[in-house]
This record gives sequence, C-alpha cells and structure tokens, in this order.
Amino acid sequence: MSTDNGLKSGSNLEKVLRAGHFAVTGELGPPQSADPDHIKEKVGYLKGMVDAVNVTDNQTAVVRMSSLGASVLAVQEGIEPVMQMTCRDRNRLAMQADFLAAHALGVRNMLALSGDHQSFGNHPTSKNVHDMDSMQQIRMLKDLRDEKKFQCGDVMKGCEPRFFIGAAAAPEAHPVEWRPMRLAKKVAAGADFIQTQLVYNLPAFKKYMEEVRKMRLHEKTAILVGVGPLKGPAMGKYMRDFVPGITVPDDVIARIEAAAKGIDPEDKAAKQKAWRAEGIKMCIELIQEVKEIEGVAGVHVMAIEWEEAVKPLVEGAGLLPRPVV
Amino acid sequence: MIVAEQKPLEEIKGVLGDAENVLVAGCGTCVTVCLAGGEKEAQLMASALRIASRVDGTPIEATDVTVQRQCEWEYLEMIEAEVEKADLIVSLACGIGVQTFARHFPDKWVVPGLNTTFLGQPEEQGIWTEQCQACGNCMLAMTGGICPVARCSKQVQNGPCGGSEHGLCEVKRIRRVDGVPVMVKGRGGRMMPATEDVECAWHLIHDRLKEHNRLDLITGVQEPKDWTTSRDGGPRRIVREDLILMDEE
Repeated sequence: MSTDNGLKSGSNLEKVLRAGHFAVTGELGPPQSADPDHIKEKVGYLKGMVDAVNVTDNQTAVVRMSSLGASVLAVQEGIEPVMQMTCRDRNRLAMQADFLAAHALGVRNMLALSGDHQSFGNHPTSKNVHDMDSMQQIRMLKDLRDEKKFQCGDVMKGCEPRFFIGAAAAPEAHPVEWRPMRLAKKVAAGADFIQTQLVYNLPAFKKYMEEVRKMRLHEKTAILVGVGPLKGPAMGKYMRDFVPGITVPDDVIARIEAAAKGIDPEDKAAKQKAWRAEGIKMCIELIQEVKEIEGVAGVHVMAIEWEEAVKPLVEGAGLLPRPVV
Repeated sequence: MIVAEQKPLEEIKGVLGDAENVLVAGCGTCVTVCLAGGEKEAQLMASALRIASRVDGTPIEATDVTVQRQCEWEYLEMIEAEVEKADLIVSLACGIGVQTFARHFPDKWVVPGLNTTFLGQPEEQGIWTEQCQACGNCMLAMTGGICPVARCSKQVQNGPCGGSEHGLCEVKRIRRVDGVPVMVKGRGGRMMPATEDVECAWHLIHDRLKEHNRLDLITGVQEPKDWTTSRDGGPRRIVREDLILMDEE
C-alpha cells in the first residue's frame, strides 16, 4: 500500500531516487553534549550538498545526543535526516515507540542497524539489548508502514509511521560469497535503500555488484555506495588493518602517500594539505567510477569529522546543484 | 555442563563476617569436572581460609564436606550434622547449589565461593568455552549445531553481520586468567584489559551449512525470537505432570 502519490514515505531522498536522479547522502554525528548549535554548524556544511543526511545513533557506542532528538533538530534546520537506529540500545517496544515519535516529528527516512558493540565505546560495562536484529527491524518498519501492524500483530488505529526504509550492507565483509545473499534478505525484509560500508576497493565492489545484478536486487532497492575521502596514508592503513569489511588496495595507499612527495618531511602542515587535496581528488574519481556501475543509485558520503570536505567532493563530482523534486 | 571459577580468596574472606566455624561445601558434579568446586578444591579452600585467618590474627575453624549434587535436597540432607556445627557455609557449587543450600538450611548463612560463568564445554585442558545460554527455544537445527544466541556477540538471528572478517568477530573478548582481566599498557600508556579473538559464530554456521549443502536453511528472514522461554519471561519453571507424584486416592 502506498500513499496517493505512489510514494512510500514522501521523503526527499525517496523522491530524488524515484525521479531517477543519482542520490547523495551525507552524515551528521550528533554532539556528545546537549548543544543544538553543534548540529546547526554541521548542517551549514551539508545543506544543499546532499539529499538527506544520516543522523547517527550513539555511533561507535559512545553516548551522544539521541538520533531522534538530533534528527528533529535537523528537520528544524531545513535538512532532511535519515535517522539511524541500532538494535543495541532498544528492544522492540522502544524501537516502535521512537518510530511513532520520529514520524510525528517529521522524520521520513529510517536506517536499521545492529549497532557497534558496546565494548568499542565509552560504556563498555553496559548490557546490550539485541532483542531483534537489523533484518527483523527492517521487516518491522515495513509492517508498520504497509500493514499498519505493530510487531506483535496488533493493528494500529490512526496514523501509521511511514518511512523510506534504509539498511546497511558490507560488500567486503566475510564470508564474501554470502554478502549478496544477505543483501537479498534485507531487500526481502523491506529495505527500500541500501548504504554500503566505505568502498576503496573498486574491483571488489564491481564483483559484488555483478552478483547483485544477477539476483536483480538493484531493481528492488536503491544502492548508495559508501565513499569517504582519505585524510592521509595513516587513515588508509588504519581502515585496511583495523576496520572489518573494508579493504584498501596497495595502489590506493601508494597514491595518497605519493601526494606528499617532494614536500619537506618536517613541514607537517604542507604534507597534510597535500594528502587531503589528493584524498578529495581520489574520492571524486571514485564517485565518478561507481556512478557508471549499473545498479548504483547514489553515493553515501562519509567525511568523518571533516564535513568541510563534502562540498568540494560533491561539486567536484559534478553532482551540484542537488535536484529539487 | 555448568562452568564456574573460584572467587579470589580476598573476596571470600570479606564476606565471612564474625564466623568462627566455617564449612566449605564442595559439589561433586559440574564444578568438580571443571575443577572449580569439587572435593579437592573444598579441602584446599578450607585449608587456605584457616591459614589466612591465622596470618590475619583472627583464627577460624574451617572444615570441608562435599556432596554429590548441592542442587538436590536429598544430598543436602546427608550433611545436616556438619552444617549444624557451622555458623557460615562457603558453597563451592554453582549458583543453583548455593541457592538450594540456603533454602534447605534457612537458619544458616550461605555465601558463594565461585562465580558461575556459563554453560560450556572443555575446549582443551584448562580452557572452557560458552556454548549455550539456555534460551529455552533451541534453534540449532537451523544453524547446523552452532548457537548464535550464545556465540554471536550481538545474538544476531540473520547473520553474519558486517563485523565478520577472516572467520573472526570484530568484538574481542577480555582476556582473563583465573577470572582476572590481564592488564596491558594501551594507547597513551594507560593500563587496559588485554583482549583475544573470538570466532564469528555466523561464519562457522555459514561454512558448516555450505559443507552440508544446507544453506537454504538461512536464506529466509528469520522471524524475531520469542524470548518468553528465555530469562526474559521471568524465572522459568518446568512442570512434567507425568512425573509428579500424586497422593494415592
């Protein structure tokens, strides 16, 4: 069942994708404080650059302003949020309660995630929830929207929460051969759009997309590729060595390393400037390449603690101005 | 079996209060097999408490006794005389034994000498690993005999999640030896617990199902789990009417 205009949620992101545009989403991490100005400042860098912005939910298991609260602030600031919700901190009651509140407060995109384990964050002695997993969360969002049914089966009286339902995918996590099938499960559960883990390994991603196309998943869900500019070789190596599901090929590391060639090794500021400029350039090229892959519907730009990079990236990739739909 | 490990002696000493006659009670089943609270451990614990109390200058009497199973009334009935003489019991049983003991001897003060850690398996000599969480709704038929409830860090029902790499989970286990975290120097010189790798349960499930040509078992979306049979339904109870002894009519 859809709304009268045939849209599931009526969100800007949904409309952009429906109109056939190449979508761009960004990321907004809420503050580790109750400060609304922090959100306003970040919105300043992102407004007009992206179609919607992911508002993270206690990312890396560090306590921050809730994704619901920060999403509402984003709405007030005139940028569309993709509210993230993890299975780590809420059981099915709390999840559904927040879906209702989020819809009532103007949020129209919801991204289902299992969530970083609490041992990574600043409250490692806490207890996690994991009443449901992200797959089941997607199905719950779909049932609420399309069947007007709570997870328990009760039929809702009154306005149902209508979200454009998002999910994550990690194409390079292991076992790699199972990843397209896991995506298929998320699509079957009800994912309208997918944002992938950061991609630096283009050949590996192309192989994944080949499988995805064989299963015709790209026709049933909009796949946004996760991209992010490297700040320097150290970041590339960290991603390669310590972040599961991300591979960074040697030629990528070598290229960013080479950017500081000829610069006085003692001149840290000059090296950093050169690396960052190259990081943005490489990311622009990657966006242009993934744009040509059949089945890719957009990019999800993750400029971690580097929001200023979003404009040059999106502009450089020829994705400005963003469509008004 | 139920796996447990001994509490540090200092902690046990801290809950003895003014007791002068302490009975250390061992248990002859699970905790004997995992070498935490059997007859030998009870003897050693009683001896350690005696020596420690003398060193501390407040000598106590500490004796020991071991029963086949502390979690069953009939075995506890057999040690009523020993319990009677004691003014405090250190139970070296699992949490079930400690509670059964306290219920059976309501006038006595019973404290635990072990931390009950999990339902597990002896992996190799001296190493035990958790295998089951007693969720009350076994899904091993779907997962090829590998439990995601007990062995996946996030209890994911539709795994593996994106944190799986080279067969390992991104979540590391705190390395403990004799129950105590091993501390190492971390970033910035701050001391922090050392960690060790954990296998990704869902990677194991995937590989095993593939080997048996049964990946079809996990291609559908697994519905949300009914946790009422787990601890979440409150303390659980089993009633087997066929076994209940009826008064003869």
